[in-house]
Amino acid sequence: MADIVLDKVTKAFPDGTLAVQEFNLEIADGEFVILVGPSGCGKSTTLNMIAGLEDISSGELRIDGQRVNDKAPRDRDIAMVFQSYALYPNMTVRENMAFPLKLAKLSREEIDRKVDEAAKVLELTALLDRKPANLSGGQRQRVAMGRAIVRSPKAFLMDEPLSNLDAKLRVQMRTVVSRLQKRLGTTTVYVTHDQTEAMTLGDRVVIMRAGAIQQVGEPQELYDHPNNLFVAGFIGSPSMNFLPATVSDGSLHTSLGDFPLGERLRSRLADVSGDLIVGIRPEHFEDASLIEDSIRQRGAEFEATADLVESMGSDKYVYFTVEGEKASAAELEELAADAGSGDLPSSGSNLVCRFSAESRVKEGDTARIWVNLDKIHLFDPSNGRNVTLHEGRSSGVSA
Amino acid sequence: MTGAKWRWGFLDLVVIVFALIPVLWIASLSFKTPATITDGDFIPREWTLENYRNIFNTDQFVRALVNSIGIGLISTLVAVVLGTMAAYAIARLDFPGKKLLIGISLLIAMFPQVSLVSPLFEIERSIGLFDTWPGLILPYITFGLPLAIYTLSAFFRQIPWDLEKAAKMDGATQGEAFRRVIAPLAAPGVFTTAILVFIFCWNDFLFAISLTSTERSRTVPAALSFFQGASQFEDPTGAISAAAVIITIPIILFVLFFQRRIVSGLTSGAVKG
Repeated sequence: MADIVLDKVTKAFPDGTLAVQEFNLEIADGEFVILVGPSGCGKSTTLNMIAGLEDISSGELRIDGQRVNDKAPRDRDIAMVFQSYALYPNMTVRENMAFPLKLAKLSREEIDRKVDEAAKVLELTALLDRKPANLSGGQRQRVAMGRAIVRSPKAFLMDEPLSNLDAKLRVQMRTVVSRLQKRLGTTTVYVTHDQTEAMTLGDRVVIMRAGAIQQVGEPQELYDHPNNLFVAGFIGSPSMNFLPATVSDGSLHTSLGDFPLGERLRSRLADVSGDLIVGIRPEHFEDASLIEDSIRQRGAEFEATADLVESMGSDKYVYFTVEGEKASAAELEELAADAGSGDLPSSGSNLVCRFSAESRVKEGDTARIWVNLDKIHLFDPSNGRNVTLHEGRSSGVSA
Repeated sequence: MTGAKWRWGFLDLVVIVFALIPVLWIASLSFKTPATITDGDFIPREWTLENYRNIFNTDQFVRALVNSIGIGLISTLVAVVLGTMAAYAIARLDFPGKKLLIGISLLIAMFPQVSLVSPLFEIERSIGLFDTWPGLILPYITFGLPLAIYTLSAFFRQIPWDLEKAAKMDGATQGEAFRRVIAPLAAPGVFTTAILVFIFCWNDFLFAISLTSTERSRTVPAALSFFQGASQFEDPTGAISAAAVIITIPIILFVLFFQRRIVSGLTSGAVKG
């Protein structure tokens, strides 16, 4: 077990592209850190640099206080779980798990003891004599984990270990990974492109975009206080609603209507003028008829026609189309492209609201909607910055 | 549907007959007595093993067989070992001159061998390699290597690179990763390549006849052409046929035994799929 420090770690490829630029991160001993971002953001490259499978172009990587830039993977004493599992097909499960121990020249008894122990933890005991070809996807995934934990390394690196599993199994394995990490207390760096995995697994989440860190923090902090448009749009499902807005005469003009600026927003907006993007999470809308008077004044109301209502049982997702211009910013286009919805035709913006299950709104109804103004975020479209954050929160931004 | 099936079946039959009739004809000749050898019957009227007994009694054939096996095995071994290393590098590494290396090996594979016979003859005579085992082994390796490199690099490309990364993370050196993880997976490919290279060496007639002059290093295909009857007036057809059958047998056995290894899915299960 050890801490991992990345100090201005940069990866430049021979053709000049910067895959990772000046990556700074201190991972404490025993911490579970998630690197998340859309494909091509440099998260896997960063992981491979920690592993030693990719050279570090500049900067310093320290594991346990020791500089390891020039050390071979085998001398770093870290284990890795691959997306493809990378099990050795010519070896049985037992031989697969014993392989790192054999290379470490442990005695036969010790190897057997450790393999049996790891197999018990991962419920692989019955499969020890099978070949990987005769295992299911979930079993293969567990063998890959077993091969990593069997030699008690200083740290685990996991490269999208669950992305090849089907949805149900993935949720199951998520808790397995989480429990295992808590139980072993080994420093873990986990790469994923799935924001749900990032939110549920990590002690801290690192959001990356185009080779640079966007924000580092605990999952709830990233959700509640996103530094910029990219983080705001990436974290959360369904994602945050974005609409264009302007500020004048103490009120916020949006295509939903004019909202009064409260004390919170007015103080932040002192030095901001011109176009803005307003961001509202689906749960910060509510069916106005269900709002108690005591909190009604914290928000504003507007009317819209519901296109679609999805009842989830616990709550209802209601979709509206808002006429007028769409919010546009480089970050939002990138997010849409990553989600594959960049070229969906639509007039106006789509609005997703999460109402409580008691709401009687039906498709085609014109509903009165209440929006919680305490929770809205305002972003500067030119640089994506969240202008509603406290000064103290904007640390960790690099852009 | 069935019409198409019959047509294909018929076509297959024609091809098989066309390919196999000459082989059967040689086999038939090898069992005929000298008196009936010219009778033109497909099935011998009088069966005899005399031809086989004769060729194994002559030093000429046995010695040639030893040469063929020895030269073939040594050439194959060297070509496959060198080819494995070269193919691994080509499949896995980016190094300056990689394209050039692939180009040159393709060039050698395509080069008309007959144009090299005279220069090789002169070179080998002047440096004393003429009519020796190395004198044949060297050109065989030269022409076997491109074949080995091409087949093996295709095999190496099929092996997921993640396996090698995983081995390195598990604490293996580059050498250990190759020896303990990659090499066992490449074994079917190495087998296939070895068989192909061996068959190439075994069948070669051009170099064997040009670069040898005595029984010391003459291989079977070349030795066949030096067979003579017991007297000047006796026809050696029976003996030649028997020898031809004998040298065909190892090739048939190879293919039958290793057919399954050649088309093997050993890498299945390594990665999701």
